[in-house]
Amino acid sequence: MNKQAGREPVLSVANLSVEIPTRQGTLTPVDKLSFDIEQGRILGVVGESGAGKSMTGNAVIGLLDPPAHIAGGEIRLKGRRIDNLAREALRKVRGKEIGMVFQDPLTSLNPLLPIGEQLTETILEHLPVGKTEAQNRAVAALEEVGIPAAAQRINSYPHEFSGGMRQRVVIALALCAEPSLVIADEPTTALDVSVQAQIIALLKRLCRERGTAIMLITHDMGVIAETADEVAVMYAGRLAEIGPVRDVLTAPIHPYTQGLMASTPLAAKGKKRLSQIPGAMPRLTDLPDGCAFNPRCPIAKDKCRRPPAPNLDSGGGNAACWYASGARS
Amino acid sequence: MANALGETFSRAWKSDFMWSFRRTPVAIISFIVALTLILGAVLAPMIAPHNPFDPATLNLMNGFSVPMEPNQFTGETFWLGTDDQGRDVFSTILFGMRVSLFVGFAAVAFAMTLGVTLGLIAGYVGGWIGALIMRIADVQLTFPGILVAMLIFGIAKGFTPIDQRDEMAIWVLIIAIGLSEWVQFARVVRGATMVEKNKEYVQAARLNGRSSAGIMLRHILPNVLGPVLVIATISLALAIIAEATLSFLGVGAPPTQPSLGTLIRIGQGFLFSGEWWIILFPSITLLALALSVNLLGDWLRDVLNPRLR
Repeated sequence: MNKQAGREPVLSVANLSVEIPTRQGTLTPVDKLSFDIEQGRILGVVGESGAGKSMTGNAVIGLLDPPAHIAGGEIRLKGRRIDNLAREALRKVRGKEIGMVFQDPLTSLNPLLPIGEQLTETILEHLPVGKTEAQNRAVAALEEVGIPAAAQRINSYPHEFSGGMRQRVVIALALCAEPSLVIADEPTTALDVSVQAQIIALLKRLCRERGTAIMLITHDMGVIAETADEVAVMYAGRLAEIGPVRDVLTAPIHPYTQGLMASTPLAAKGKKRLSQIPGAMPRLTDLPDGCAFNPRCPIAKDKCRRPPAPNLDSGGGNAACWYASGARS
Repeated sequence: MANALGETFSRAWKSDFMWSFRRTPVAIISFIVALTLILGAVLAPMIAPHNPFDPATLNLMNGFSVPMEPNQFTGETFWLGTDDQGRDVFSTILFGMRVSLFVGFAAVAFAMTLGVTLGLIAGYVGGWIGALIMRIADVQLTFPGILVAMLIFGIAKGFTPIDQRDEMAIWVLIIAIGLSEWVQFARVVRGATMVEKNKEYVQAARLNGRSSAGIMLRHILPNVLGPVLVIATISLALAIIAEATLSFLGVGAPPTQPSLGTLIRIGQGFLFSGEWWIILFPSITLLALALSVNLLGDWLRDVLNPRLR
């Protein structure tokens, strides 16, 4: 990703690895991942199920469930290292500086607490304000995400909202402590298409107005195309390709991204049958030698089947492929 | 203020809960029976014809009065007859229920506190702590509850000085019954906790910087209380019966503070000499009490978990 001179990225992940020790050996669901997100930018993280997208998100906020743990690399939030913080310090940082929007708005709010209470609680926890002010801010936060009659609805319970409205509440909850980074883990997967568009527009607007950096995890190329500034494509826990969204979507250079784009209905307009990538993503327990994508790759050669695995530098800095076609500058 | 109260009441009346209640005759009848018995127990000193445990009010000449018939010596009439000491059976039942209900409620409260706490910890923390708690529960489940209670009762009695035994008996009884019933609560709460803790609002709370104890109390506990309420009600019936069983066996409530079980034990001595009322009426009361509480619990379970219907 192009770094603008003099500006420090909000989130900077370098060589991040996550490991899970199991009886079959140590699994590496996230392998030497590096990316930056700058202020006010949206990074889309795409990949198939099991590619390590959510695992990366959880690693960044420090919510990995044992035995999964960060095995290497660093995570910096506004220049400060957060992957090695003590639990207590981490708790303070992540609640204040990182907001999280979860996938399922049905379960991401406590069904027994009025939404206003959940908002005020979060605000009181992280901002130096009194109770009345916190309540005012809660109403303001709800108005900002487009909940009509926010002042009246603040005492409503989650079940009194529709799915789309609930996801708005969740976004308000993620943003009310004024974090500098929001991690949205498939925020629109549980919503229908029209609501999806509203939620995406909302996320984009808030990101632009507040200068919040967003890490948007999804498997929906359409969402990425509409929302993200940069996109990172993940495959089997590794970064396959990264770059500005327009470049990656229109001129992908990694064979996996190319296959992905060819199999997206949007891109395959006019064709009778969608093309598909043969085979399935390998299990983490038996990753092939060399490039993890080689068994499914149309251009794989002997070099791809031998270690070491290609990294971003192998493909001119944007794609982890020895034979990346036409590396972008 | 009165208006707000009225509004709360009307909202409660219109809720699904009350709707179901109004439409379930078994629930209404059980509720009325249970409420009458509980009120009778609570108000016993006011409504009982006399205090059966105050020797000054007793007249030995009234002994073995037949129900609803004037006593052959004194001419007094007792609704439910009298026992060998001339104690009015109706009054002894009212006072006996006080002991039974007190022990029942206190034992359930104790079992619930213990079981819910351990269940929450086992479910949320898990690991070897959770495994240890649940293995203890499993081991305890291999013994009949009444045996566990008798064992605890026996051990505790060994540790109390003889002159305090009668006073301590009730409390020992509560702890013994409570300890034999916590497993149910722990198991159910552990299961529900494991479901809740994977929901995203718990993740959100963790992200928000809440401590584990805070999350357990504020977020998980309220969400697992539904099934706890059902078990508490059914446990109440079980606890009352357990107390009666222990008292019937002579290891429960002392004769100075007889419970329904003690009354039944005393009564069974006269069963074959023709004084049937001394055992029959306390037994019917115990039956009505346990049955009505149990049926209420069943109804509660159906309301709180509509999928079971």
